[in-house]
Amino acid sequence: MMGAIRPFCALLAKELRGFFASPLVYFVGAVFLALSGYYFYTNLNAFITFGFGESIVEHLWQRLYADIVRVVITVIPLVTMGVFAEEKHLGTVELLYTTPLRDFEIFAAKFLACMAVFVVIVGSTVLYPVLIYRIEPFDSSSLASVYLGLLLLIGAMVSVGIFLSSLTETQLIAAMFTYGAVLLLWNLSWNEAAVPGDLLGIVTQLCAFDHFEPFGRGVIDMKDVCYFVAIITLMGWLTMRSMESRQWRGRR
Amino acid sequence: MIHAEHLTKDYGLFRAVDDVSFRVQPGEIVGLLGPNGSGKTTIMRMLTGFFAPTSGSCSIAGIDIAGDPRQARRMIGYLPERVALYPDMSVQGFLAFIAKVRGVEGRVQGAVDEAMEVCGLTSMAKRQIGKLSKGYRQRVGIAQAIIHQPRVLILDEPTVGLDPRQIVDIRSLIRTLSGLATVLLSTHILPEVSVTCGRVLILDKGQVIAEDSVEGLTEKTAGRGETLVRVSGAEPDILAAVRSTAGVEEVEVLERSRGGVLALAVRSARGGAVRSHLVRALVDGGWSVHEVSPRLMSLEELFVDILERAGRGEHRP
Repeated sequence: MMGAIRPFCALLAKELRGFFASPLVYFVGAVFLALSGYYFYTNLNAFITFGFGESIVEHLWQRLYADIVRVVITVIPLVTMGVFAEEKHLGTVELLYTTPLRDFEIFAAKFLACMAVFVVIVGSTVLYPVLIYRIEPFDSSSLASVYLGLLLLIGAMVSVGIFLSSLTETQLIAAMFTYGAVLLLWNLSWNEAAVPGDLLGIVTQLCAFDHFEPFGRGVIDMKDVCYFVAIITLMGWLTMRSMESRQWRGRR
Repeated sequence: MIHAEHLTKDYGLFRAVDDVSFRVQPGEIVGLLGPNGSGKTTIMRMLTGFFAPTSGSCSIAGIDIAGDPRQARRMIGYLPERVALYPDMSVQGFLAFIAKVRGVEGRVQGAVDEAMEVCGLTSMAKRQIGKLSKGYRQRVGIAQAIIHQPRVLILDEPTVGLDPRQIVDIRSLIRTLSGLATVLLSTHILPEVSVTCGRVLILDKGQVIAEDSVEGLTEKTAGRGETLVRVSGAEPDILAAVRSTAGVEEVEVLERSRGGVLALAVRSARGGAVRSHLVRALVDGGWSVHEVSPRLMSLEELFVDILERAGRGEHRP
């Protein structure tokens, strides 16, 4: 059994090393934390000043994490852009594809490594609620739901980024397309008035924001969980088809 | 050990490999010889399972590549044409990664040390791959190919881009490996096959146009019985003397260098015997002889020759 997962673990370790031994992740993390810290400060300040008797703790999370998602969207392409594009550029895909690793294992290792980066970066934001908890304890179950939502949302966006990275050998192209795709996914139902009535139902079903928002209120709905899992599965499937295309396309 | 049956690969409308079949027996070193674009790399990529053939099949040690790619890939060590390595990994770290991914059982460090030792990399173990010279990077490429002790080694242009000293090293390395594995290597350099391989498949435009032992190939390349003569002196006199030497059939002036050295191609029925007569004639004439040697065919000439013999001469301009 150990023998069977050892190649996979080796690839996962290599991917993790690739991220954490290079400066990119630290710059991305620094910018992310600086911006999310700023949002935390300004949101908290606004609630304290104009709270109007709302439950500060409950509503603060909704505002804060929607703002944090905005930062997440800007950094996701930077983390996922190189996942396949760089291997293609270096030519190391040929090495990878001629090892006994399955295509699925390659996708899974790369996906998990990206997720590890975000677990570290986004996980650091737990500091903000911890600070508030020390001043005013609150029910932390809704917070757990927010972080579950974030994990699923980031998983979906990362899988989109990995798929787009598998289509090109130029990292910047992968990054730009990922940024566009991820932002559109988040903002699809942004302006509900601009969407024809009969399409609105479909658009809100497809929009990541509409599925993330309940988590912010502490509501975990299987429908929303399934939406994110479905995106990850679809993108994983597409990435594997893209990996397979080497077989019939010829050339790298 | 390697069976290729009617392998064909199309890139769109372009047929890169056209109905290629061959077998490599265990322990053999076989060379794929052909000019650039003749399909060598494509054949190797099909053998390693990187590309699927448009039609045909191949198997490694009796395991069909399409049927059980994972098991087949375990048996193969592959050095791609463009040796691609992760530049920010250390030699040691990279080899350990490859060993684990390829499913080396037992102690990975042992396998890494051994591969580094065989390829002369021990002193570079901790060096970053991106900072190695090209020759050392090529060695890392070979080390990663042999680390899991594969039964089949597929080396795509193993000496390309190396300096002469490194080429000698890599060639002797390949010969050492032949005891451990079956080797298929590709090259577009004619002398390379005669130094390293036991048997040669000659490719042109995606087809195997000839298959020969190295002895046979050497005979072929020397087969025209031409002698190269480099001598300095007055051209008409030299030509007259050479033409009147016994056994000489035809003389062609190849080059007149600025230093007054004349290069001649002398065709004769009995190459070896004529050479001694030629030397004597030239020395007696008082000219200074720079070189008299059997004139080997270049790869291009060999191709023309093979194609002409096969009655396919019209394929080439």
